[in-house]
Amino acid sequence: MDMILEGLKQAFYLLVTFDPEVMGITWLSLKISGTATFFSLFFGISVGTVVALTEFPGRRLVVSLINTGMGLPPVVAGLIVTIFLWRNGPLGFLEILYTPTAMIIAQSLIAAPIVTGISLASIQQLPRNLRLQILALGANRLQMVWILIKEARLPLLAAVMAGFGGVISEVGASIMVGGNIKGYSRVLTTATVMETGKGNFEIALALGFILLLLAFIINAVLTQVQQRQRPR
Amino acid sequence: MTTDAPILSVSDLFVKRGGVPVLDLPAFSIRKGETVGLIGPNGAGKSTLLLALACLIKRERGRILFHGQVVSTRRETFAYRRRIAVVFQEPLLFDTTVYANVASGLDIRHLDRQEIGERVTRRLGQFGIEHLRNRSARKLSGGEAQRTSLARAFAIDPEIVFLDEPFSSLDPPTREGLLEDLHRILKETGTTAVMATHDRLEALRLSDRMAVMRDGEVVQIGPADTIIHHPADEFVASFVGMETILTGRVSGCGPGTIRVDLGVGELEAVGEARPGEAVRCCIRPENVTLQLPAAREETSARNLFPARVEKIQPLGLFHRVLLDCGFPLTAYVTSQSISDLNLREGAGVQAAFKATAVHVIRHEK
Repeated sequence: MDMILEGLKQAFYLLVTFDPEVMGITWLSLKISGTATFFSLFFGISVGTVVALTEFPGRRLVVSLINTGMGLPPVVAGLIVTIFLWRNGPLGFLEILYTPTAMIIAQSLIAAPIVTGISLASIQQLPRNLRLQILALGANRLQMVWILIKEARLPLLAAVMAGFGGVISEVGASIMVGGNIKGYSRVLTTATVMETGKGNFEIALALGFILLLLAFIINAVLTQVQQRQRPR
Repeated sequence: MTTDAPILSVSDLFVKRGGVPVLDLPAFSIRKGETVGLIGPNGAGKSTLLLALACLIKRERGRILFHGQVVSTRRETFAYRRRIAVVFQEPLLFDTTVYANVASGLDIRHLDRQEIGERVTRRLGQFGIEHLRNRSARKLSGGEAQRTSLARAFAIDPEIVFLDEPFSSLDPPTREGLLEDLHRILKETGTTAVMATHDRLEALRLSDRMAVMRDGEVVQIGPADTIIHHPADEFVASFVGMETILTGRVSGCGPGTIRVDLGVGELEAVGEARPGEAVRCCIRPENVTLQLPAAREETSARNLFPARVEKIQPLGLFHRVLLDCGFPLTAYVTSQSISDLNLREGAGVQAAFKATAVHVIRHEK
């Protein structure tokens, strides 16, 4: 019990004094996960919207693949990226394994299906006739898609949050492709794993607390969004 | 406002949905300035026809001419859609303010701010929703939302407006007010309109011509009076002729009641109208009672006509009796009454109905 109390005290101290190492790790986590979320949004919203609005053979298969991808285990994503970036791998010449870039790639791979799946669902849940109504108002296809995305903006915000929440908290892929190198590729989750392993509970707790705080902020925003969506 | 030149004409229109033919129309045309009512039961293809006329759904084949010009390629279709408007049963408003909703069609056309402002303000006023301009579209009642949707459609000054059962999800008083306003605005703007509805009275109120649809086909099209009094077949008759609809002119007004001259007799009805005004009187068959000519019972029914029985059709629990009172009249009576009154085709009876049983539709055209 003493150990936990002592750990909490230490964690609090590290936080309020803005311990440079802890802050550095936090900042890198936000940078990597934020960038990965940004890329996955580009991919996810475009692909999700296209799949939602078009009919093509094999569409059902694509939708199931996206839905399966939403549950892609981070370690599998890490494994795939590692294989590709391995020295003898197809993209080995890039020499980016164990760099933040590799982590961004792996996290994008994890977030993209989540964002795609939620985008697909949000565009699809709009009333069917809305598309016809927009076209009837004189919109061209591009204007129509833009208006639809605007109409689905609240659930799409949920896609952002879910994507970001998914990657900021994952650890498997980050360790595999980032290597947890101090001051270079060490992020909140990988550092927590390491410090816990070493028995440095106070630092682990501080890092864990920051992660929780981020999770709380994400959920608070999400809740706010959901509450703004009054029933029709 | 109606001229003979068709603003829109289609030929050999054929639409399939899921491999099943849902619309088959050899020819159909709409004249500039007229209002065409599409009526028919659910699933008759009214919505499909509207969407096909608005070039919003794929057609198997079919030639559409707008002002005599073919609408076929993507580009022609896009140009055509910019000159029409469609209002659906659901208001389908965007998640923004009423003002921005009404402005949306103009925004899409990249008009300048000032012109958008003027046009939106005019339409908001016309549809009586000026006070809602900054309200969120999510916070509107059903009637307000549909008014916004109509204002949005009219804001782009469409040459043709297609209305797909725009009032069917509204409660009767709301519907009544909106119907009145739409009628007025259609007349003021001279906009050509095609409106699908399953409410015959609604169609009767707005339409210059009516088209009756069944199973993806138009079974009869023509002036409303012709359809009502000369239905092409049994189906049209059963669909439009559930009640007696008589055309006449107001000959006198009392307190709360009017007298209507039918040309072959006069009837009394509850309602308000100006003398000389053309009206239609609808009488539901269940409100018509029959009695023997000899019977001189005192009754509160204000309308009593000598009649001859034309036809008696059994309808399960009761019979439909078609009468000739100089004008056609339909009554529903029980089998018991048929035998009690000894009713048979050719027999003479007295037909009675109360002034409150007459539904008066004012039809200023």
